[in-house]
Amino acid sequence: MATLVIAEHENGALKGATLNTVTAAQQLGGDIDLLVAGSDCGAAAEAAAQVAGVNKVLLADADCYNHQLAENLAQLVTELSSGYSHILAPATTTGKNFMPRVAAALDVAQISDIVSVEGADTFKRPIYAGNAIATVQSSDAVKVITVRTTAFDAAGEGGSASVEALSAAHDAGVSSFVKEELAVSDRPELTSAKVIISGGRGMANGENFEMLEKVADKLGAAVGASRAAVDAGYVPNDMQVGQTGKIVAPELYIAVGISGAIQHLAGMKDSKYIVAINKDEEAPIFQVADYGLVADLFDAVPELEQKL
Amino acid sequence: MKVLVAVKRVVDYNVKIRVKSDESGVDLANVKMAMNPFCEIAVEEAVRLKESGAADEIVVVSMGPKACQEQIRTAMALGADRGIQIETDEDLESLAVAKLLAKVVEEEQPGLVILGKQSIDSDNNQTGQMLGAITGMPQGTFASEVNLGEGIVDVTREVDGGLQTLSLKMPAIVTTDLRLNEPRYASLPNIMKAKRKPLDVKTPADYGVDVTPRLKTLKVEAPAQREAGILVSSVDELVEKLKNEAKVI
Ligand SMILES: Cc1cc2nc3c(=O)[nH]c(=O)nc-3n(C[C@H](O)[C@H](O)[C@H](O)COP(=O)(O)OP(=O)(O)OC[C@H]3O[C@@H](n4cnc5c(N)ncnc54)[C@H](O)[C@@H]3O)c2cc1C
Repeated sequence: MATLVIAEHENGALKGATLNTVTAAQQLGGDIDLLVAGSDCGAAAEAAAQVAGVNKVLLADADCYNHQLAENLAQLVTELSSGYSHILAPATTTGKNFMPRVAAALDVAQISDIVSVEGADTFKRPIYAGNAIATVQSSDAVKVITVRTTAFDAAGEGGSASVEALSAAHDAGVSSFVKEELAVSDRPELTSAKVIISGGRGMANGENFEMLEKVADKLGAAVGASRAAVDAGYVPNDMQVGQTGKIVAPELYIAVGISGAIQHLAGMKDSKYIVAINKDEEAPIFQVADYGLVADLFDAVPELEQKL
Repeated sequence: MKVLVAVKRVVDYNVKIRVKSDESGVDLANVKMAMNPFCEIAVEEAVRLKESGAADEIVVVSMGPKACQEQIRTAMALGADRGIQIETDEDLESLAVAKLLAKVVEEEQPGLVILGKQSIDSDNNQTGQMLGAITGMPQGTFASEVNLGEGIVDVTREVDGGLQTLSLKMPAIVTTDLRLNEPRYASLPNIMKAKRKPLDVKTPADYGVDVTPRLKTLKVEAPAQREAGILVSSVDELVEKLKNEAKVI
């Protein structure tokens, strides 16, 4: 048994999601190899070699892997798959993009978004926006799996794996990168933040999110949003928490002016503590909140900021 | 150009589902069913392409028991020209759906295949990508904008860090995210008209595709319930609780 984990990295550094995925791989048992594919990503491979429990790092450094184009990356992973019983990637937008291509190329099912490893072929995963948890067993020779990162701790450092450079460069020649608009923020990433304060439609406009940012500054928190707030154009899409946005599980999640639709809860109900600030005491968010405050957010949030 | 759209019949997104007491699955008896919201967005995008003159025919395909013809008719009422139902009682996994779609693609030769990025029941987020692997077509997943050019399509994608735009050679696959468009409602005359549009019924065997599941569901449980919390009466009390009881700030 051996597992290949596809690393996620940016500007020469490994992304946290990779470390959670390595922990899931450790629970399977067997050797763990890490693939770092990209362009100019030698530094990320060096970082990957330090991750505890990693046997070997495979480095595929070529222009065609820049931006992790699914067509090219999937070909590479498919080619590398022989000899591995499991192939794992984090269930981020990158992992979700290329992994099913790997699975279909290998003629196997993909097991999406696992939250626990029950055995080498058996896993738990949420379905119906997290309103049910299915235990599934795979009969395929290779298990292609994406991992819900909030369900696994981050692997530590202390490894000293060897780095093996691969020469293969697969360019399917059917897709190319045009541009990206990435959010720049000094705040912690939503998916790894210890504290998150999110705003919903109740915020009424984008400027009012400054109130949340002030609280976030005091708490070292990330700022999130509901779909309604993103759809209305108050804030960009990368802030959306929920079934179709980011899945988060911080120590503290503060929902402000968010009603608590199933699809929003799907993204945050595994938070350790949930606080809801909403003027409607009937709002479903109060059913999952540890501490609920029925109040007008325009009074409560500035007061909260002051008293922190 | 022909556009192929795949749609799935799922539990209506407003329904709060319940797992069966024997943990064998989700209780779907007498539950309201509807077109998967992401598939509605896929249909809408195809209809807009046709209205703009970029597409000349929209073929809609759905797989499942006879009841999924309802969703095909809905897509036709919204503007699809004809339908294909692939009838089966098997609980189809994404891989099987992708294999069947690949056969339909071979027959129909669409310039663009549009699908929802995920269905809100299985939450797999796989089918479009798998279809890409089987057909060799490029993919623009989680699309919030689609722009057609000469033999290429530019797709802006919602990714974790923000937005990414890719250029794909056609034929290509697009999977929809929520902000791609706002689907319209079907008008009554169009619902009536849809009843007379052609609908072909096939089976997986017609396409020679083995749809045997690869995954066995051992059980389906309700998620851990959160313990009921309390209402606090003031911001002061909230701060006090967070500091001294929860100890999270
Ligand atoms: C397929 C699908 C996927 C979806 N995915 C997601 C997802 O990933 N994430 C997500 O969030 N949603 C998602 N949704 C949307 C979801 O169903 C809800 O529509 C959305 O979460 C509502 O956002 P909201 O709570 O901000 O808005 P609303 O439901 O409108 O709630 C606003 C709340 O603000 C309160 N409020 C208003 N003014 C004030 C004030 N001054 N002070 C205090 N409180 C105030 C109101 O009482 C109300 O409770 C999805 C929907 C579908 C169909």
